[in-house]
Amino acid sequence: MALTTYLEAIRQALFEEMRRDPNVFCLGEDIGVYGGAFKVTAGLLEEFGPERVIDTPISEAAIVGAACGAAHLGLRPVAEMQFIDFISCAFDMLTNYAATSRYRQGLAVPIVVRGPCGGGVRGGPFHSRNPEAFFMNTPGLKIVEPATAYDAKGLLKAAIRDDDPVLYFEHKYLYRRIKEDLPETDYIVPIGQAALRRSGSDVSIITFGAMVHVALEAAETLAREDDIQVEVVDMRSLLPYDKEAIARTVRKTNKVIILHEATRTGGIGGEFAAFIAEELFEHLDGPIVRIASIDTPTPYSPPLEDFFLPNAEKVMAAVRKLVEY
Amino acid sequence: MRHEVVMPQMGESITEGTIIKWLKKVGDRVERDEPIFEISTDKVDAEIPAPQAGILLEVLVGENQTVPVNTVVAYIGDEVPAAMPEASTSPPAPVEATTPAAATASSAIKSSATNHVAATATQIDEADVEDAAESTDTFGIRSSPLVRRMAREHGVDLRQIRGTGIGGRITKHDLLAFLEQRQAAAPSVSASAVSAPTATLTPAAVGTPATPPISPTALTPAVAPATVEAEGAVQLPGGEAVEVVPMTAMRKKIAERMVLSKHTAPHVTSVFEVDMTHIHRLRERNKRDFEAQHGVKLTFLPFIVKGVVDALRDWPVLNASIEGDNILYKKHYHIGIAVALDWGLIVPVIRHAEEKNLVGLARSISDLANRARAKQLKPDEVTGGTFTITNYGSFGSLIGTPIINQPQVAILGVGAIVKRPVVTDDDAIAVRHMVYLSLTFDHRLIDGAVADQFMSQLKRNLETFQAMELS
Repeated sequence: MALTTYLEAIRQALFEEMRRDPNVFCLGEDIGVYGGAFKVTAGLLEEFGPERVIDTPISEAAIVGAACGAAHLGLRPVAEMQFIDFISCAFDMLTNYAATSRYRQGLAVPIVVRGPCGGGVRGGPFHSRNPEAFFMNTPGLKIVEPATAYDAKGLLKAAIRDDDPVLYFEHKYLYRRIKEDLPETDYIVPIGQAALRRSGSDVSIITFGAMVHVALEAAETLAREDDIQVEVVDMRSLLPYDKEAIARTVRKTNKVIILHEATRTGGIGGEFAAFIAEELFEHLDGPIVRIASIDTPTPYSPPLEDFFLPNAEKVMAAVRKLVEY
Repeated sequence: MRHEVVMPQMGESITEGTIIKWLKKVGDRVERDEPIFEISTDKVDAEIPAPQAGILLEVLVGENQTVPVNTVVAYIGDEVPAAMPEASTSPPAPVEATTPAAATASSAIKSSATNHVAATATQIDEADVEDAAESTDTFGIRSSPLVRRMAREHGVDLRQIRGTGIGGRITKHDLLAFLEQRQAAAPSVSASAVSAPTATLTPAAVGTPATPPISPTALTPAVAPATVEAEGAVQLPGGEAVEVVPMTAMRKKIAERMVLSKHTAPHVTSVFEVDMTHIHRLRERNKRDFEAQHGVKLTFLPFIVKGVVDALRDWPVLNASIEGDNILYKKHYHIGIAVALDWGLIVPVIRHAEEKNLVGLARSISDLANRARAKQLKPDEVTGGTFTITNYGSFGSLIGTPIINQPQVAILGVGAIVKRPVVTDDDAIAVRHMVYLSLTFDHRLIDGAVADQFMSQLKRNLETFQAMELS
């Protein structure tokens, strides 16, 4: 069987879910005739027609608002943000409306809002963001971010079948860079479960999304050059997040690094760090370390963007320092 | 002034204790060293003496509650007669033969409890200051939350460890290395460290100075603390009536030790028949005078201990243990004696049995057994044995196959001594006092031929027993 890219995995999930459940439909900017800015939705219009693959005006608030209304009437919309940066335009609909609806009026909002996030593709400040922290403080939302093709497909299917609003952040740097053999059978990746990507005894790196690959690259080099064994935990779901998985790895290695691509201050690394400090204090043999992007908008300039983003070298330096601590 | 009474640390691996019973009520007057409550820990059950004379003002921890060591369990009010403080300034008072129990209990608390307890037991301000200064020293030590927790759990004083982290910080690896080293060193340390005379066992013994008990840190039991989960209830699963009773700390410990031993050593048991008629006659002739003169009953057991020690001298491999790929030959003979209790089993140890004559052995056995039943053994008195004797014959059993008391490599079981018709050397039939002795040995280290030669030696020692002190 041919290897499936991360992007193709997302596309497969959309096709399979739309075939499985006639209530599932897609809406977004240029997703139909054009097939999506990254071609994630290519071919959907041809198979499912314009009633289930809807090109919308350029208004994220309207897209999410329409999705919420459709969800109330029993449909399961999958809304695309052309770049996830623009989800901020729908912030009110998501945080005040969708997230609270079930609690306010007993109306479920089974919507998925998906879109490409992340940097490393020279996208500059409007096309590179990782906005998960904006939504972490919103009970009622769920947030997932896959790091592998398998998870990209399984998490999207789980998100579509979930009765609550799920934000699905797909990392555009991974779209065509990673591929793997996927099962031919239907499967989901349950929301709320982390995955252990690499087992190690010296330091744990808690991460997600594209940074999983950065962590793994650093871990392999450290094992080879320094004989340091790094454990890599891929959170996969950010809200709710897998506290048990964090506890397991901290109890095992006693030293922990939280790695994310979003900028540092106010990033969700702070939430994980607080959880560890509160619940696992007596299992720590060193300070909780965060590695994140520098506190600035994403630069256009390629050298500056490379300087801005976390990378394997930064991770290795932090690991070496923490191991010695 | 209020004085704290804390849960003492009864052995260095012990992290918590359960108060079984309060022997005093709030408002009662207590004398210093008078038992005020009973505790149960993973190692021993013990009566805890008051660190201070006064009025029991407040009880903070009720019966059947389990608390970490050093938790304040009660307060005693300051009501000390003027003469009392003087006593604590002088060196440890000579142990009085009439109150061995109180003396033992008080030294137990001094030896095994923390500075904290010592400070409350001592009335001198300077001592308080010194203790406080010493205990705050750990503030200067750089470690981590994990290291501090592990140190607490394993009873490690962080001042003993040199840190290799940045700025001399003690890391997890430093602590693990220390624990490993300590565990590896434990058997040899305990063998050499127990040279301290057992003052409390032989209070009036000639030439035995009353030295303070050895520090518990010298004896490293390296036993992980058991978790206590008491869930007492009556359940009816599937209609069958059962009563669910949580195991006591002692029962859990026994269970753990028995399984550990069977998993560790390939057990082989060899049984010898020994004619005890000679010793029986010696005993019959001397027992009345012996008791009158020494204040202790003359039983068969001291004879057997003496016979065993003499045989062990000739067969040192039975007085050994295995440590990795090494054999540790113990140069001293610390003989454990299994004592059955109503609530379990405990094996107090006669230290330096090779230095004792029949009188000394009889006294030790009687004293240890009495204090075991009174829950007044010190933790040090149930560790460090090099060979164990179990006397199940006192309950009528003829032959047993005892389980080795780890890390020892052999245990002797003594059956009931019964009169039996025996064919003698000259083909006559005679009524003799016979006993079956079972030796269970660790076949990793001891082969059958060696074990049986040891047993032949023991048989000879017993059948031709020469007791100078009984002549």
